[in-house]
Amino acid sequence: MLKSLQIEPEKCTGCLQCELACSYHHEGIFNPSKSRIKVFTFHQEGRFAPYTCTQCTEAWCLHTCPVEAIVINDATGAKEVIADRCVGCKVCTISCPFGTVNYNVDSGVVDKCDLCGGDPECATACPTAAITYVDAEHTGLARMQAHAAQSIKDL
Amino acid sequence: MAWTRNVLRVNLTELSCKKEPLNMEWASQYLGQRGLASKYLVEEIDPKVEPLSPDNILIMATGPLTGTMASTAGRYSVITKSPLTGAIACSNSGGFIGMEFKNAGWDMIIFEGKAPYPVYLYLENDQPELLPADEIWGKTAWATDEWLHNQHQDPLLRIATIGRSAEKGCLFAAVINDLHRAAGRSGVGTVMASKNLKAVAVRGTKGVGNIKDPAAFMKAVNEGKKVLAENAVTGQGLPTYGTQVLMNVINEVGAMPTRNMREVQFEGAEKISGEAMHEPRPTDGKPNLVTNAGCFACTIACGRISTIDKGHFSIQHKPQYFGASGGLEYESAWAFGSDTGVDDLDALTYVNFLCNEDGMDPITLGSTIAAAMEMFEQGDLTLADTGGLELKFGSAKALVEIVELTARGEGFGKEIGLGSKRLCEKYGRPELSMTVKGQEFPAYDPRGIQGMGLAYATSNRGACHLRGYTVSSEIMGIPEKTDPLATEGKAELVKAFQDVTAAVDSSGLCVFSTFAWSMSDIAPQIAAACGDEWTMDTLLEAGERIWNLERKFNMDAGLTGADDTLPKRLLKEAAKTGPAAGRVNDLHKMLPEYYQLRGWSEEGIPTPETLNRFGI
Repeated sequence: MLKSLQIEPEKCTGCLQCELACSYHHEGIFNPSKSRIKVFTFHQEGRFAPYTCTQCTEAWCLHTCPVEAIVINDATGAKEVIADRCVGCKVCTISCPFGTVNYNVDSGVVDKCDLCGGDPECATACPTAAITYVDAEHTGLARMQAHAAQSIKDL
Repeated sequence: MAWTRNVLRVNLTELSCKKEPLNMEWASQYLGQRGLASKYLVEEIDPKVEPLSPDNILIMATGPLTGTMASTAGRYSVITKSPLTGAIACSNSGGFIGMEFKNAGWDMIIFEGKAPYPVYLYLENDQPELLPADEIWGKTAWATDEWLHNQHQDPLLRIATIGRSAEKGCLFAAVINDLHRAAGRSGVGTVMASKNLKAVAVRGTKGVGNIKDPAAFMKAVNEGKKVLAENAVTGQGLPTYGTQVLMNVINEVGAMPTRNMREVQFEGAEKISGEAMHEPRPTDGKPNLVTNAGCFACTIACGRISTIDKGHFSIQHKPQYFGASGGLEYESAWAFGSDTGVDDLDALTYVNFLCNEDGMDPITLGSTIAAAMEMFEQGDLTLADTGGLELKFGSAKALVEIVELTARGEGFGKEIGLGSKRLCEKYGRPELSMTVKGQEFPAYDPRGIQGMGLAYATSNRGACHLRGYTVSSEIMGIPEKTDPLATEGKAELVKAFQDVTAAVDSSGLCVFSTFAWSMSDIAPQIAAACGDEWTMDTLLEAGERIWNLERKFNMDAGLTGADDTLPKRLLKEAAKTGPAAGRVNDLHKMLPEYYQLRGWSEEGIPTPETLNRFGI
């Protein structure tokens, strides 16, 4: 079964455990600035929102890459960067409509979410289940269920 | 290991910055943050130094775990000599700036001297710059935060700054970071202002590594997270209600200091409780609480994010306060609420916003206002003194007005800014100041929780709940229940809590983790990060060493055992209601035993043998 990251901002407390887990997995160091997932704080609204790559089916990053350094992992559906092939041209960072592909100054290549090969560390680390890894065809299941529950409430 | 091993030394007088290696010999004895920075302070300043003179130093310090994935590992502390107490000051804060210091490559920053003109430190990784702060001097902490983000075109900058109160000489000014977290107590912000240092803006991209045994560390971290999640306090109570979970509990046990500690129960407690923050307001149907929030890496997330009713008198014509910001903690709710007799949740939330906006310690501010209210009621303070302000217990209007004045350092607010000890002395009623060593009490009346009396009396930074929180045991039964009205065994209990807390503070973890974590949960995380020499035993030994070091500094600064006492009210006037009715605090039954357990003389002086034992 293909799975997707599901993000529910209303559950997020802004603790950055996801960023720590991501950077530790990919870089071997706790470094939010190198995380592929970012938590945004909307102070005035009192809200937090984690954001990362949604693994588009027709991925702009993949199509625009001139050296075919972004490839599909058939097992997970993730669009992964082949670091050895990437020339750091950054065209993918421009073509991604969501800003989730970013250049890494230290490595000279781009970074993006690769779903950690099918076991995303951000979802494991999240203490409030604001980030989960669920059936790709049913990311709306929890919300559907909540609305369904609402609909039987007054029966 | 786990330390960056770098110290940034900033000489403000000469406007110079220098990188030096962390003293690892000291780190092996004092761990980091509170303990290690205290060691630097003790080694570098004359304990008799005038706190607001250029000869005092101010240290911003992280712990070895700060910036790692260990839950709650986002803490940093500001260490200096306090202008409020004349004792050692160490104020701990969460938020995100601690981890940013580490990511920029620094364990601590030491500020010396005084800048010839207002400056701020801009620190991008290993490139420190002292820049002119003339455009932000005189601005609030919130406005400074905004200005710095704009000035450097960097939304990811983390900022610690003082507000206007510090510049105006308020003796309990805080250093605010990330808009609503605070190194709150003992006037550390006042020292920062005395150095002409407005703010520190930092951006770190290096990451935190140097973990001694990464696999063991991740294992210990994940086990620790599980313990926090499964514990009723850290997994449910704190995320749902924040520290405000305590308001009704403490009121029921008769330990809620009310109206300047004249009473021990507040009739309006429920209206200002954590539960009340969840209730929809009648006006707009929204609750006070928007969400809970976590500091860096914290899987407890006790922080409150609140809004004020837009129609409330305090902000009616002030749209700048319509948005959400840091809400009431138990301490601010108590200090501004029951201690002043005000039960207006919106008013309390507003003055709490002001404390964050202009950097003031809500405990000392609320308590000082309560003392002023008592003096006003008794005629020691007149309308002429207060500038026409009717400082009556229970008046939300008076509370709002006096907090606004104190934030700006204007009118009678200037005098409130002195703290209650100096204020009450000035108006001839020193006995009405509810302080130890010049610092105001937090929200636990020691007549109803006896151990806290000893904890307050012996706290190295003046009255404080975060130096030995025996409430854990006496009320919540953590790690085991003791009778809050008994004095037997409390000397040992207080000492144990003080030593554990000193060790936890020095690691970079949050002391709130200890509601669920014992040393057997904490030690493996520190050992995996820092080295196997850190065991439960060596951590407790370090905690005791730190306690003695702080104590020695205070003695050398001129304090004596006679300062280990409580105001007459708590020793002579019995509690009127609740389970503790008829009781005073029996400090005299606990203090001699405590000195003995500490290895101090009958006068409370650490003996040479004790100091030798810890290599002090």
